[in-house]
Amino acid sequence: MSPILGIYASQGKLLGSYESIATINIGTGGSSGASFTSIPQGYKHLQVRFIGKIGSATGAPSIYFNGVSSGTSYSWHEIRGDGSSVAAYSSTSAPYLSDTVSPSTVYNNSNFTAGIIDILDYSNTNKNKTLRQLVGVDNNGSGVIELFSGQYMSTSAITQLDLFNGYTWQQYTSIALYGIK
Amino acid sequence: MATQTYVPISSQTLGSAAASVTFSSIPSTYTDLVLVISGRSTATAGNNNSQLILNGDNGSNYSMTRLTGDGTSPASDRVSNGFYAGWAFIENNTNSNFTPIIYHIQNYANTTTYKTVIGRGAGASNFISAAVSMWRSTAAINSIYVGNTGGNFVAGSTFTIYGIKAA
Repeated sequence: MSPILGIYASQGKLLGSYESIATINIGTGGSSGASFTSIPQGYKHLQVRFIGKIGSATGAPSIYFNGVSSGTSYSWHEIRGDGSSVAAYSSTSAPYLSDTVSPSTVYNNSNFTAGIIDILDYSNTNKNKTLRQLVGVDNNGSGVIELFSGQYMSTSAITQLDLFNGYTWQQYTSIALYGIK
Repeated sequence: MATQTYVPISSQTLGSAAASVTFSSIPSTYTDLVLVISGRSTATAGNNNSQLILNGDNGSNYSMTRLTGDGTSPASDRVSNGFYAGWAFIENNTNSNFTPIIYHIQNYANTTTYKTVIGRGAGASNFISAAVSMWRSTAAINSIYVGNTGGNFVAGSTFTIYGIKAA
């Protein structure tokens, strides 16, 4: 199944201080991935706001930049609470940023994972890129809440952002990209 | 002219202590809601919880998972079949600090899925918290009651709700 592409929908538009760049809404049948391409470079920071669910109880949503999803360009850390205990995880020299919070860990037709992802200075070509995420899902007796940080060890400006999970994003998933001036 | 994407819908600042604030008649024309609180409880002890009641639903239709740190130990707890959403800690009145809390509600106006609230609170004196909660209703959110388990909010507490409009 082809990923859905979120294309910059307002090329040439005057940029505001907090502006919607593109939104991906998953329809019937789902989608294997979500990709924002041709991200404009006129902002200072990016924010992704999502609410979603994947079609597996064990899948893990993952993020990669500029089409780089292999090799050793990423590292990440996370702390998560599951309602009774706290755990911390990390990875270095990873092929992508893999978030171990699975929207389908608590798979239910009505429960969706919510998350906010911030990428500061995304277009700066003198810095490696960093990301932070607040994400969680609750299912009335189970669920997780997590703080996540990641690094893309490249000074390239971010022009593409992909969110995938190895399965499918389910219907009613919505992933929105915003630019902050 | 640039399209307004992140719009203040309503704001309240308490001139005197009050038990709660309510945002009603929330328009359904945005994609997400963001509730920003700078508040302190009038309680003189304990870690108080901020409470959100959606659309006036006082039933046991909420549940929450939380992650906290108190400077010594991390912890995680949960409430099932609870009576409110939110659950980020809020400072008590043993100091002059106000707690910053930001709650996010994505796709608040959809009528297909249950509603998820996610947020963080940080008390300068003794804690940090992040919480996710679910309201088991597919109704569009049109009102939010904000209270706290410790009693009243002190004068000077502020509450602002923003709407974010996706493309």
